[in-house]
Amino acid sequence: MARLRDTAFFILLLLLSLIFIAPILIVIINSFKLKFSIATEPFILPTAQTFTGVSNYIEGLNKTSFLSAFGWSLFITVFSVLAIVVFTSMTAWYIVRVKTVFTSILYYALVFSMIVPFQMVMFTMSKTANVLGLDNPFGIILIYLGFGAGLATFMFTGFVKSVPLGIEEAATIDGCNPLQTYFKIVFPILKPTTITVAILNAMWIWNDYLLPYLVIGNDYKTIPIAIQYLKGGYGSVDMGAMMAMLVLSIIPVVVFYLFCQKYIIKGVAAGAVKG
Amino acid sequence: MKAVKRYFPIFVMPTLIAFLIAFAVPFCLGLFLSFTEFRTVTDARFVGLENYIKIFTSDETFLNSLWFTVKFAVTTVVTINLFAFLLALLLTRNIFGTRLFRTVFFMPNLIGGIVLGYIWQLIINGVLFRFNYSITSDAQFGFWGLVILMNWQMIGYMMIIYIAGLSNVSTDVLEAAKVDGAGALTTLFKVTIPSVMPSITICLFLTITNAFKLFDQNLALTAGAPGGRTRMMALDIYETFYGSTGAEGIGQAKSVIFFLLVAAVSLTQLMLTRRKEVES
Repeated sequence: MARLRDTAFFILLLLLSLIFIAPILIVIINSFKLKFSIATEPFILPTAQTFTGVSNYIEGLNKTSFLSAFGWSLFITVFSVLAIVVFTSMTAWYIVRVKTVFTSILYYALVFSMIVPFQMVMFTMSKTANVLGLDNPFGIILIYLGFGAGLATFMFTGFVKSVPLGIEEAATIDGCNPLQTYFKIVFPILKPTTITVAILNAMWIWNDYLLPYLVIGNDYKTIPIAIQYLKGGYGSVDMGAMMAMLVLSIIPVVVFYLFCQKYIIKGVAAGAVKG
Repeated sequence: MKAVKRYFPIFVMPTLIAFLIAFAVPFCLGLFLSFTEFRTVTDARFVGLENYIKIFTSDETFLNSLWFTVKFAVTTVVTINLFAFLLALLLTRNIFGTRLFRTVFFMPNLIGGIVLGYIWQLIINGVLFRFNYSITSDAQFGFWGLVILMNWQMIGYMMIIYIAGLSNVSTDVLEAAKVDGAGALTTLFKVTIPSVMPSITICLFLTITNAFKLFDQNLALTAGAPGGRTRMMALDIYETFYGSTGAEGIGQAKSVIFFLLVAAVSLTQLMLTRRKEVES
């Protein structure tokens, strides 16, 4: 009886998985079809007449300069995540260890920033970035640090509170200055939270569209900006190129996911418990 | 910890400066500008509550998008959490292939909003094409398109959180319920659900805030068409700022209202469900 029921559940889950994967498969199939047969018949396989090989990919790459978009996305994501992980964990440690009116105001200001939607600061932030000359792929890292600081500091402070003071004091007696104590003793202990913070921020920054569009979109394109750019103004979309570029933007994410899925799933679950 | 205090410039300065530039200053400036009329910030002229009054008297799009957003939020919060919880129940039964299923269901969450929007535009337009419609021919199509998209994206994420919650439910309590003769449904409502209340709190918080703040998916799937009737609040604010000139003050006032609404809704929800956690 129980076995029969589990078999039924297994079949149900299998069907659901197929439904979950289907949209991606449909996009892949259409990326090899003639652009005019995509919109009208998206659910059939390419035939001898509609199969186009990789020409959609070549056209898409030319239209979007996708490779440079990929490069900028990677550059901005990697360095923003690094900056967030290193600087906010240091700040979190300082906030927990040095109790002053200033540090508690800073802590509550950071927590407050978590509930403010981006639209509230969208216009003024992009103007500020522009005035300060931060409207380039290096400056945007500082913007991401400021925006990611709320959640990241909040999660790190939660963990730092559980780090025993004794070890740090021992290190101080052994002649470590605070910087050495932090990087040799505390930072390694924070590793589980560091992984969680890194994953949540990487997912956000890699896929972010509006912030980079407003800050650096005129001169530099990240992947989401390049995809949106394909749609262009009023003219019709080149469906072939669009499908090919969708596939190219999904592949790196899926590959990364399959390699790091253990950390990603753990990180998401852990991040939720603390958030 | 005197020694640590002297290291303020190294430990706090980088975060503090970034936070001031990216958030604190723009936030305060934004609050101030919502009471002014401006084009370039420096030319701001104080107008009192005029922008706020205009939103509710001469601007129809905002209330329209507010209503659309609320409908969308209610629909997706219910459907996503229901499906995610059911999937989590199925995936904590040690059925063959559980790990693989979990991997598959979570995957859409990693794909960005813009890409998701165009994937579903292809599929929904492909279906509607047979009936000579497209997703922009009726606001209903856009609405349900967004609901389906959001479900596809978020179910896996919430499922992971529910699975983590469910695996913390103590087997002793479940055994005890069985010994006491509780049926499957009684156990679910009296034992399982109360013990995963912390997960429910988080999932509700994440789905509510995500639904209210949705932008990328909205822009890619319908961009508000037809006639701005599938425009959610975030997109409406964006259009007010960048779709035309001269309404920047109104856009900023809209975003203040948007912020207050999101904060009020999410904090109320946290308070209500946290209280349930204490009781259980």
